[in-house]
Amino acid sequence: MTERLRARIFFVAGFIFLALYFCAALNLPPWGDYRGPYGDFISRMVVYQRHATDAVNAINYDYRGFDTLGEEFILFTAVLGVMMLLRRRADTATREANKIKETRKLSISVQVVNFPVFFVTVVFGFYIGLHGQLTPGGGFQAGVILASALLLVYICENTEAFQRITSHRAVEVSEALGAASYALIGLAALCLGVPFLTNILPLGTTGDVFSGGNIALISACVGVEVTAAFLLVIYSYLEEIVTGEVPEE
Amino acid sequence: MIWFGAILLLLVAISGFAVVCTRDVTSQVIALSFYGLLMALTFFFFQAPDVALSQITVGAVALPLMVMLAISRMKFRKAHMPDSSSGEEHD
Repeated sequence: MTERLRARIFFVAGFIFLALYFCAALNLPPWGDYRGPYGDFISRMVVYQRHATDAVNAINYDYRGFDTLGEEFILFTAVLGVMMLLRRRADTATREANKIKETRKLSISVQVVNFPVFFVTVVFGFYIGLHGQLTPGGGFQAGVILASALLLVYICENTEAFQRITSHRAVEVSEALGAASYALIGLAALCLGVPFLTNILPLGTTGDVFSGGNIALISACVGVEVTAAFLLVIYSYLEEIVTGEVPEE
Repeated sequence: MIWFGAILLLLVAISGFAVVCTRDVTSQVIALSFYGLLMALTFFFFQAPDVALSQITVGAVALPLMVMLAISRMKFRKAHMPDSSSGEEHD
């Protein structure tokens, strides 16, 4: 195929694509048009049925809670995969590579700014997690925010401080517990003779922190799981880089 | 208001293009982080605050950090294992 022929074929195909693209763009529905009957129905019924004001989380953790259970286990499996790939058995022969020495801390001004920012981030994370049924947010967002709060410790201290926090067995246990308790909440409904993941807790008053029944509880479990998952992934990456030992080949 | 949305979408397109065009990996990660922030703004403007929240933290903090860590690991390997050039040629 010569250069000329190739260019010609490209221009023909490009022209056809452009024409079709403009056709499609001209027939787009108007701004803000929504044709999903399910969404309208949920947003009308959610406060009455679940006493929750955030329809998105009511769908995520209640109406379609089974899907979110699957998603949570996707994250769990992904973290498990990363940790298995980067694991290091105690009896593996390693040789010392150039260890990254980190004795010097950052300037005091970074630490002074980071200290209040850390607390604000932690409080914000808990707020987002506990008010998932009322305002936008919920377990996943809270988990990522809390994990990034601990990253601030890494930024203003050094790797050792971060490792002291995250190498703890408690992080692994809380990741497993967070994932398992979601499934257990679903199974608890089965014990009462109703379908899996039915909202069995008292619904409470709309607008209270303790409202929405299962939604708040599941959101908290997801928050714990996501925090631990992100910390574990970042820890195993960091350990790989900072310990400076490479397996002998 | 509709113009603001259009400008946001245009900025997202431009910064996405900029991420692809940046050749140096370290600055590419910074560009990626900026792109994530712009995406979060766009989600927020189009009334998806839940998605915007997770986009801010995942797209602008967690993803660039992980890419950065992986890159530094690869550079580390390259620097200390000069004889393992068979099979892997990352750039």
